[in-house]
Amino acid sequence: MTNTDRERHRERETAFYLFTQQRLPACKPVLTPAWVVEIVERYDTECVPEPFRIDKVSYVQDDSIPKNCSLSLKVRKYMKAPIYIYYQLDNYYQNHRRYVKSRSDRQLLHGWKYHATSSCQPVEFNNNQPIVPCGLIAWSLFNDTFTFIRERAELKVNRKNIAWKSDRDHKFGKTVYPFNFQNGTLIGGGKLNPRIPLSDQEDLIVWMRTSALPSFRKLYGRIEEDLDADDVVVVHLMNNYNTYGFGGKKKLVLSTSSWLGGKNDFLGLACVFVGSSSVILAIVFMLLHLKSRRPYGDPSYLPWNRKSFSG
Amino acid sequence: MTIVGICSFFVEGQGSTAEEGAGTCEVVEIAASTRRRKMGMVRWSKLYSFACLRTSTYEPSAAQELIGQPGFSRVVFCNEPHRHKRKPYKYPYNYISTTKYNVLTFLPRALFEQFRRVANFYFLLAAVLSLASLAPLSRASLIVPLVFVVGISMLKEAVEDWHRFLQDLNVNNRTVKAHASNGEFVDKLWKELRVGDVVKVNKDEYFPSDLLLLSSSYEDGVCYVETMNLDGETNLKIKRSLEDTLSLNEDEEFGRFKATVRCEDPNPNLYTFVGNLEFENESHPLSPAQLLLRDSKLRNTDYVYGVVIFSGHDTKAVRNSTRSPSKRSRVERKMDHIIYLLFSMLLLVSLVSSIGSSLLMKHDMDDWWYLQLPDDNKVPDLEGSDSKKEDLVKVLQAMLINKDIEMYDEAACKSVQARTSNLNEELGQVEMILSDKTGTLTCNQMEFRKCSIAGISYGGDTTEVDLAASKRMNADFEACQFSIGESDRISQSFEVSNFSAEKAVLGCPEVQDNANKGISRLSRTEEESVIKGFNFRDDRLMNKNWIHRSSLLEITMFFRVMALCHTGIPIEDDKIDKLRYEAESPEEVAFLIASQEFEFQFCRRTQSVMVLKEFDPSGKEVERYHFKVIFREYKLLNLLEFSSSRKRMSVIVSNEDGQIFLLCKGADSIIFDRLADNGRTYEQATTLHLSNYAEDGFRTLAFAYRIVEAAEYECWNTAFTKAKTTVGPEREELLEKASEMIEKDLILLGVAAVEDKLQKGVPECIDKLAQAGLKIWLLTGDKRETAINIGFACSLLRQDMKQFHLSLSREAESNNQVKAMKEEILHQIENSYKVMCEERNKEAPFALVIDGKAFEIALRGDVKDEFLQLAVNCASVICCRVSPKQKALITRLVKEYTGKTTLAIGDGANDVGMIQEADIGVGISGMEGMQAVMASDFSLPQFRFLERLLIVHGHWCYQRISKMVLYFVYKNVAFGLTLFYFELYTSFSGEVLYDDWYMTMFNVLLTSLPVIALGVLEQDVSSDVCLQFPALYQQGPRNVHFKWSRIIGWILNGVVSSLVIFLANIYILSPSAYRQNGYVADISSLGAITYTCIIWTVNCQIALITSHFTWIQHLSIWGSILLWYIFLVLYGALPPYLSGKAFHVFIEEIGPAPLYWMVTLLVVIVSLLPYFIHIVIQRSFNPMDDHIIQEMKYCFRKDDVTDNQTWIREQRNSQRSTRIGFSARVDAKIVIQRTVASKETINL
Repeated sequence: MTNTDRERHRERETAFYLFTQQRLPACKPVLTPAWVVEIVERYDTECVPEPFRIDKVSYVQDDSIPKNCSLSLKVRKYMKAPIYIYYQLDNYYQNHRRYVKSRSDRQLLHGWKYHATSSCQPVEFNNNQPIVPCGLIAWSLFNDTFTFIRERAELKVNRKNIAWKSDRDHKFGKTVYPFNFQNGTLIGGGKLNPRIPLSDQEDLIVWMRTSALPSFRKLYGRIEEDLDADDVVVVHLMNNYNTYGFGGKKKLVLSTSSWLGGKNDFLGLACVFVGSSSVILAIVFMLLHLKSRRPYGDPSYLPWNRKSFSG
Repeated sequence: MTIVGICSFFVEGQGSTAEEGAGTCEVVEIAASTRRRKMGMVRWSKLYSFACLRTSTYEPSAAQELIGQPGFSRVVFCNEPHRHKRKPYKYPYNYISTTKYNVLTFLPRALFEQFRRVANFYFLLAAVLSLASLAPLSRASLIVPLVFVVGISMLKEAVEDWHRFLQDLNVNNRTVKAHASNGEFVDKLWKELRVGDVVKVNKDEYFPSDLLLLSSSYEDGVCYVETMNLDGETNLKIKRSLEDTLSLNEDEEFGRFKATVRCEDPNPNLYTFVGNLEFENESHPLSPAQLLLRDSKLRNTDYVYGVVIFSGHDTKAVRNSTRSPSKRSRVERKMDHIIYLLFSMLLLVSLVSSIGSSLLMKHDMDDWWYLQLPDDNKVPDLEGSDSKKEDLVKVLQAMLINKDIEMYDEAACKSVQARTSNLNEELGQVEMILSDKTGTLTCNQMEFRKCSIAGISYGGDTTEVDLAASKRMNADFEACQFSIGESDRISQSFEVSNFSAEKAVLGCPEVQDNANKGISRLSRTEEESVIKGFNFRDDRLMNKNWIHRSSLLEITMFFRVMALCHTGIPIEDDKIDKLRYEAESPEEVAFLIASQEFEFQFCRRTQSVMVLKEFDPSGKEVERYHFKVIFREYKLLNLLEFSSSRKRMSVIVSNEDGQIFLLCKGADSIIFDRLADNGRTYEQATTLHLSNYAEDGFRTLAFAYRIVEAAEYECWNTAFTKAKTTVGPEREELLEKASEMIEKDLILLGVAAVEDKLQKGVPECIDKLAQAGLKIWLLTGDKRETAINIGFACSLLRQDMKQFHLSLSREAESNNQVKAMKEEILHQIENSYKVMCEERNKEAPFALVIDGKAFEIALRGDVKDEFLQLAVNCASVICCRVSPKQKALITRLVKEYTGKTTLAIGDGANDVGMIQEADIGVGISGMEGMQAVMASDFSLPQFRFLERLLIVHGHWCYQRISKMVLYFVYKNVAFGLTLFYFELYTSFSGEVLYDDWYMTMFNVLLTSLPVIALGVLEQDVSSDVCLQFPALYQQGPRNVHFKWSRIIGWILNGVVSSLVIFLANIYILSPSAYRQNGYVADISSLGAITYTCIIWTVNCQIALITSHFTWIQHLSIWGSILLWYIFLVLYGALPPYLSGKAFHVFIEEIGPAPLYWMVTLLVVIVSLLPYFIHIVIQRSFNPMDDHIIQEMKYCFRKDDVTDNQTWIREQRNSQRSTRIGFSARVDAKIVIQRTVASKETINL
């Protein structure tokens, strides 16, 4: 390689050369709408076998009956990983005062050593032993489970990092293990593995974040593979959780996410509506202004200049 | 119409001053006789008070028989106070307390006061509920603000009461000489005085309690008392002791003095007293003449001895004072209604929630296994939040009012003081001002202003009104000229000719000159006259120039009358050659000072001789302007005293040549009736001047003289002496007849006009207040003539006004039959009303002058309404001779009858009732006596500051407070309703979307600072614009800012905002994920986001309301928003069990979510849109006056000339509707001039 070659080479790399040759490195935004694809599947009725549909509550409460159930979901559009798996409960008042208060943040952090757990009433003690985690919220832990199979292969579901990091680090103790949990006569929701510390029980952590509205979604996990259009995903689920007692609905939701979060048309509609009404108002006011325009600082509007004014 | 003021020449005793004067005047025989009192002192009191009858005190009264009956059972053992330590004669000490609370009662009573306020009571209710286990909010978050708010208010009360206590302490610790034993008098604290104590009160001291006068420094037991603090009357009153106690005039006499008084029980009646004195085994009837009342002052008497009859709270003065009621402003009262409204909304919400909750519980919730419901039924309660930042704002407002440099009186080093801060906004809604006269409008100081001698008026010919009218017409003319385009020359020239005609009518070139010099009263009052009591400028008379006048004789006589016909006494002054004078009425002092200025110095007075230092024009001219000054002695032969029926006073003197003169001064009508045929030379000219002076509000007195032949005098004198020595009821009549005999065939000299000097700036202030649409009533204890004079002087009256007089005829008064009097008054009212109805179209203003007696009748039940109807329709009302109680009564009646806000202003203790009764009481703090100030809500150093206090501060405060209150309503509706909506979603369980501390912080920190800034600093227009357009003040009385429609509008605005905020949030954020990593919003993040929207919305809303941005507003509004984020971060950083829902919510959850910021933006825009549209529509199609004025002020700057023209024109236009005040007078004058001018042009 000669010097001139080298120089030429160097020259070719200078910005100016790249500019003149219109070869500046560039990124090319392809303006495609960032579609958020969402699949919502209600399964609470479907997953109760025909014979039990008359009395779903006793079906769900009867431990001896297997709760297996399969659903098949068809993916209509391409879904890019990560695909978030939610379970959605409707008509479930997680925001009820009695429910919301029924927890003990200190116990969650410090374990059963922390005794003042009166806020956990009525799920505070069992057999004179403190319950860890205490309170109604933990007691009613959601315990349906889902597995996803696509073309006979199980889709990998990541169930880590579904809870807020601060919750894991600061709210739930790393040395606190479930104790005396769901040992009473009344069994609410799911059980916890007593060998895993609370900070790793992410299902519990997610559940403990009470929702604001009676219809809510909670994160179950993430599918970290893309789903193509027309893929069929078979969901094997354990229909354990009792929503039949109060007529709640259970839904399974698969959704991708954009920078604005999940699929929500309201924001867009609101923006369009507000924008257009603002434009209309602007036009109306402009016309009004043109038609009957009030001179600026017109003294004839002063009360003593108006005829109706009487001193 | 001619109104002549007549001063009251009260008999005067000047023993002490005579004594001092005598010593220095080297009049040996006088000095000798006065040095020792016992040797026979000059009995001035006898000398001047020949007309005072002693008989009246001996009249047996029917009331005397009541003694010993119930109500008249008091027994006082004089000089034996120890006997009053035990029952049944145990009476209270002379200790006085005006405090509202004491140490023990403070807490319960102050708490009661606080919780009488609806808002506070509501708060208390909420706090109590929070103690119950059902409450959704933590206890601290409800109780802390309550304690804060109530605590601040109570602290304020405590401080105010502490001041009262200090004041009391000061009064209670004054000392007085009290008899200890064996004729020894020692200093004793007022509070330690007991009934029965004998005290000695010295000159110019207040009486410590109600005393029975035993004797005085005068031999005849007379003393003079100033009762200004009791009834507002400025003239002195005579009190005289019983003959029998006269001997008790030395300290030693009291060693063995013992007597018993049986008298009436304590009562508030100032003018009655019934009792008996048992002294030396004889019983003597007592009358009010022997009673010295607490709060009055000993005047012109060296000392008196008295025995304490009523002490402390038994005294009539204290009984007369009413406890100051706690006043509440109109806005505040309306706010109660708003709170009721909000409260009922809240109750409704709670009810809905409770019913919903219980229904749900019955039907559904049993199935909600996850709640594990027990059997007991819980009823949740939803709390709204409503805080009172108002108190703080008002205190700050009051502070700013106090600090206003424009209202600082440099002379007195005092500024305005808002003593109760909760009436600030009421200042902006005043419609009626009830004003005291003396000390409030006037300084109680007379000034010699003008005189007319021998038919020539001196001291300036033109009145201020003329000057202002000519100036105004000049300005008008220019304005016209400007407005007429160049093309329109014909009409312009017409205007010019018209104007010159007007100018011609105004006449004399002097007018123009003076106008150019700018000498008008308005400006002249600024420069203090050099000599107190003399404000006369006319080179024709001043500096001895009068000697060159043609009518020299008249002038000299005039000055002599001025210098001789009086009862005053000269006092040595520091200044060489100039003397100070003391006389009963201030007019006499003014005359004496004036005559001194004209070189007729009255320098000595003895029993029978008056010495004048005269300037002798007939003498040889030594040098230019250096004439001989001679002392002339005049023998005082007789003194014919002034009385209210005679309305004149004369002296008969003989000069050194033995010539006898009768010098007379009196009311013009009286004097004119008694003129000799050859004495009427100047009558016509003088009458003209008189009416001019009266129009200017001067008090006028006519002067006349007569030369009496020696023979005639001798003859008369015997008759007069005979009359004088007559004892019996006919004496007075005889004296009257005798004086009638000599006071005739007078020769008129001229008239003198004295001005009851108005306080600085009073006419301008009244003018501005009138332009602001306020009605001003003058309530005074003075005579009708005086009151009318002042009415003219402050332009409350003017010549072309139709005056109605309500007064009782003498017959009715003497008969004292209520029914007849009532009918008479009713008849008068009806007549006046008829006239008013007939003349209403003519736009002539009406004035009502009513007399105290008639007033009493007019305020009785059945006549009341007719009277008030008439009074309210009059442009100005003047009430004279009214008692303090009547002042209070009329204030209450006007307040109740018209339903308008009233303001009472006064300076003396006699105004206290009125001040307390009115919606706003204002006390003048410049004068002595603090009672009025103590009772008032605002104290001003001078009346003129009322203008700024009302028109600027009142207007501002009204605007601020109403804006603030409305914003409060809005804010709490907007915030509280989101809580309610959330209830709907939580099955009415009472769960709250926000963290407890967010809610507490909402009113305490996050939205309060901008409100405070708004409440304290908001201005719709600047203060000078307020003053230039007083009509803007009408916004307050018309209550444009606090109408129910506005209140409802703001509530609706709040409802809309809350709906937008809540619905947008839940629909946007739920149920799908709100962040890229799939997280969904839970209750804590949704709460924080919604709350952010609320903070933004309410703070931006206040930015839309605010029209006056200073850096403080910017800082507080944008700072509050920033503060919310800071709070969220800090609070979230606390451990989870402390921070609750806020744990890491901002940093980790919502902060990084773009949706959060977008929602905030969207929601703020949408929720403010309705208000924004509203103000756009209002501004562009239906602007308020302040909007226009703002625009005029700020946007016409480019075209300065046009600006000025419109500006001034509009200023004038805004004034046009006034009927009283200086400008109105000027307007009226212009109208008259114009009509005259146009007539003349037609004639030409």
